[in-house]
Amino acid sequence: MSRLGFEQFPDYQVPGMKHPDFSPYESNGGSIVAIAGDDFAVIAADTRLSSGYNIHSRTQSKLFKLSPQTVLGSAGCWADTLSLTGSIKVRMQSYEHTHLRTMTTEAVAQMLSIAMYNRRFFPYYVSNILAGIDNEGKGVVYSYDPIGHCEKATYRAGGTAGTLLQPVLDNQIGHKNMNLEDADKIKLTKERAVSVASDTFISAAERDIYTGDSVLINIITKDGIEVRTLTLRQD
Amino acid sequence: MDLDNARELPRAGFNFDNCKRNATLLNRGFKPPITTKTGTTIVGIIYKDGVILGADTRATEGPIVSDKNCAKIHYLAKNIYCCGAGTAADTEMTTDLISSQLELHRLQTDREVRVVAANTMLKQMLFRYQGHISAALVLGGVDKTGPHIYSIHPHGSSDKLPYATMGSGSLAAMTVFESRWKPDLSEEEGKKLVRDADPTGVFNDLGSGSNIDLCVIRKGSVEYLRNYELANKKGKRQLDYRFKTGTSTVLHTNIKDLLVTERVQAVPMEIS
Amino acid sequence: MSILAYNGGCVVAMRGKDCVAIATDHRFGIQAQTISTDFKKVFHIGPRMFLGLTGLQTDILTVRDRLMFRKNLYETRENREMCPKPFSAMMSSFLYEHRFGPYFIEPVVAGLDPKTMEPFICNMDLIGCPNAPDDFVVAGTCAEQLYGMCETLWKPDLEPDQLFEVIAQSIVNAFDRDAMSGWGATVYIIEKDKITERTLKTRMD
Repeated sequence: MSRLGFEQFPDYQVPGMKHPDFSPYESNGGSIVAIAGDDFAVIAADTRLSSGYNIHSRTQSKLFKLSPQTVLGSAGCWADTLSLTGSIKVRMQSYEHTHLRTMTTEAVAQMLSIAMYNRRFFPYYVSNILAGIDNEGKGVVYSYDPIGHCEKATYRAGGTAGTLLQPVLDNQIGHKNMNLEDADKIKLTKERAVSVASDTFISAAERDIYTGDSVLINIITKDGIEVRTLTLRQD
Repeated sequence: MDLDNARELPRAGFNFDNCKRNATLLNRGFKPPITTKTGTTIVGIIYKDGVILGADTRATEGPIVSDKNCAKIHYLAKNIYCCGAGTAADTEMTTDLISSQLELHRLQTDREVRVVAANTMLKQMLFRYQGHISAALVLGGVDKTGPHIYSIHPHGSSDKLPYATMGSGSLAAMTVFESRWKPDLSEEEGKKLVRDADPTGVFNDLGSGSNIDLCVIRKGSVEYLRNYELANKKGKRQLDYRFKTGTSTVLHTNIKDLLVTERVQAVPMEIS
Repeated sequence: MSILAYNGGCVVAMRGKDCVAIATDHRFGIQAQTISTDFKKVFHIGPRMFLGLTGLQTDILTVRDRLMFRKNLYETRENREMCPKPFSAMMSSFLYEHRFGPYFIEPVVAGLDPKTMEPFICNMDLIGCPNAPDDFVVAGTCAEQLYGMCETLWKPDLEPDQLFEVIAQSIVNAFDRDAMSGWGATVYIIEKDKITERTLKTRMD
């Protein structure tokens, strides 16, 4: 950094640069949006995997189906995502063999928090959002910070475009700052949740360089998980 | 207060008044702000009758796209254009400045300016600022000595090439040129080559994006094809986000009428 | 933390059908501490022209004064009103003069051309790279949130009433997700025959 006020690091020098210090983390980009309704949960993530100005994959799903009722969306450092989801899957299988039933969404949420806090001083660099159907058949969304703080919500956006999308969800799903009668508030149906999620991704692809290519949308109901896709900008 | 600021008449050239203050702020641990950059894929080739320049249209501020359709092919003279990559303000201002100097040069010599003159002026200016003006340029034009393409680096070095690429998508675009460029391409072939090379940068490099601009410079004529190809269209929304009037709660409203409704009336002059 | 985020605040401007809108929050803080809740970052600088400045408070006021000086000098010399387009060009060269010791501000200009009544919006980075799109421009600490909101809600040819709702919802929801901006908002709708200033009710935390 120069004292003159700008980071003088010309773009053309990047390939082949020697870095004096090693960083164990890398941001591979990607965004996640999850919305919970009365009897369903919708979770969507884009399929672009990138680092710096390069695209590694245009078709990498960031959604992990953990059980027929639970889906985890994970973006950030892809190596950490794989490591974390791998160990979560192992633990869920062991739970199933020990207790002879599938883990509930609440149980997975709690376990995920503990698994992440176990790495308090060398955290998984991931932005996790868990969506699913709870014990009573209602949709739930849990969001996490990288060291395992868990928060139950009805809608949440995360990943590189999380800051862009969260206020849109506040407005369109949470009806925040709107002076409306209860009758005027649009009811959250499954179709509306899917449409809002898709539209937010269209907006994110316009402005966030790490979000694009396509979106995978998982719609979780008590009957199972429906998967839809939508093509986004490719640039 | 206002008067204190007003006293000093603006002078020409860079102003370094804030440098010491800004350096103090940075030393106290504040991060330097980010500027708008054009990550960019810019290209230029020589074909049979002239040169073709190409550029994408994305400008970024960190990971956010700040301009989806900016023009990166800048006018220098009637027969010379220049693509810019790097800090957006630097490329814009540098090309504007050199454009003025070239026009003065043309008026003084009463001849069409040569591309080599533009190249020399640009590289001398960039070298003078030792790379602090981060503009990476692809310069192209046609003069009495024929078509020329130059690539100019931020520190002031330049190469004279038959085909050149610059910016973060330069390697992607260069792959196409290396495999398909040959001497004496026809205009159609040349346009197709540039049109194929630039999108490789647009799609495979995250710093480049949106549309493709082209500029064909022949002997005696120029064709600036803004948004030659709309490589990426905005997605179509599924919902209509129309609000009912009165959705936002208003505390006060103050309407200022701009129409002058005053009527001019003749008042008889008092005569004593 | 960036120096641009030292005092907080945000501005957004949008184009509509024969009208433009510009909105600002009211917060003036020093890092996380709020000092005042009535600082509007938008200045009325011509009959149909507004200038919004976000960033470091001291520079907002200095830049505003210096630009007004240059604008008044232009108007006195030329004996005509300054249009938004030349004003932006002037501001761009003013900011680029300070390329190596910049003012820590991000400006937004919104207005109607006094002759053609054509809507005009423009923003710049702190060293004066101009950007004049045909949809919307944002600046400030919650720029990312504003991009998300505007990109979803904005559409072409909005009438003044609809434009007000869109810009109001955009700025309020955006700064509710940013700790450095908020504490009230004002929206200005600039039309051919009138300017409507509306103060919004927002969360005050």
